[in-house]
Amino acid sequence: MHELGIVVHVVKQVEKLAKENNVKEVVELTLEVGEVSGVVKEYFVDAFEWAKKRTEYMKNTKLNFIIIQGISYCEDCKDTFPTTQYGKTCPKCGGGNTYLVTGRDVSIKDIKVV
Amino acid sequence: MEEVRTILLHRSVYQDNDEEADLLRTYLKEKKVFVVNLMSSPGAGKTTMLTSLINRIKNEVRVGVMEADIDSDVDAISIAKNTGVKSIQLHTNGMCHLDAGMTKCGLDAIDISDLDIVFLENVGNLVCPAEFDTGASIDVMILSIPEGDDKPLKYPLVFEKSSLVIINKIDTIKYFNFNMNKCVETIKRRNKNATIIPVSAKNGDGMDEVAKYFINKVKEFKE
Repeated sequence: MHELGIVVHVVKQVEKLAKENNVKEVVELTLEVGEVSGVVKEYFVDAFEWAKKRTEYMKNTKLNFIIIQGISYCEDCKDTFPTTQYGKTCPKCGGGNTYLVTGRDVSIKDIKVV
Repeated sequence: MEEVRTILLHRSVYQDNDEEADLLRTYLKEKKVFVVNLMSSPGAGKTTMLTSLINRIKNEVRVGVMEADIDSDVDAISIAKNTGVKSIQLHTNGMCHLDAGMTKCGLDAIDISDLDIVFLENVGNLVCPAEFDTGASIDVMILSIPEGDDKPLKYPLVFEKSSLVIINKIDTIKYFNFNMNKCVETIKRRNKNATIIPVSAKNGDGMDEVAKYFINKVKEFKE
């Protein structure tokens, strides 16, 4: 269900863009999906397949996924570490004075159109 | 064969909504209406807590309620009946959250011209409501004792976004393995500025403090 909400936003943005650029159809759509965005690829693909049938420009669009690694920063060590492996705890100092740098976002990288 | 063009975007999926949300916040600031986005799991006691809260503040501020659910209007009816304040039901038609566009539609429908504070009861869910900015002035979440003290670990985003975390159903704490200190510590680690108030919406414990919190927030906002 969570994925559906994001799919709806993606489809809305791509359809708008397709219309603005006077394209015939969108051939490919490439998304950058953060490792800690909470998006499950399989669910997302299912929701996308459902949604694209109801569009004007995206009926045959191929969906590509690029996974963006989750990286956190420790303010005490001034260093980064992989988020999915260590969570909020810095592997160097064991402290929790950390924040997420990349990996939460879902973004549209590009679309290929004819 | 037609030529395939590539259009580069590098645009966050959330960007359109974030922009709409910022516009809505500016609009609400002009209108001097404080909007509270209230989030929780299903069954954490949002409607009961709201009823108890509204009855404590309705003589001091003018309150409106927007209930968002996938379907049904039981919450809006319950709020209207038990508090007497203006309330409407928003249906998300299957969506798991409200976005800024839906919030604006709701605010237009309820008519905010005679209100000081509007509570937006988001869909019961700890994941999606935190990701889509509603345009509200403040995010608040309710965690309830039976859900467990590990929820801030499992759903960090909603706790990071919330200025106020209400821990409801403290009257049931003796029946559950809920470590309050551990829970507060985990929330603070994710969001050191969060205000945390344990309450029992059912018997009223802690509710005066919650009422005071919102009265002060509305005052600050209007200044």
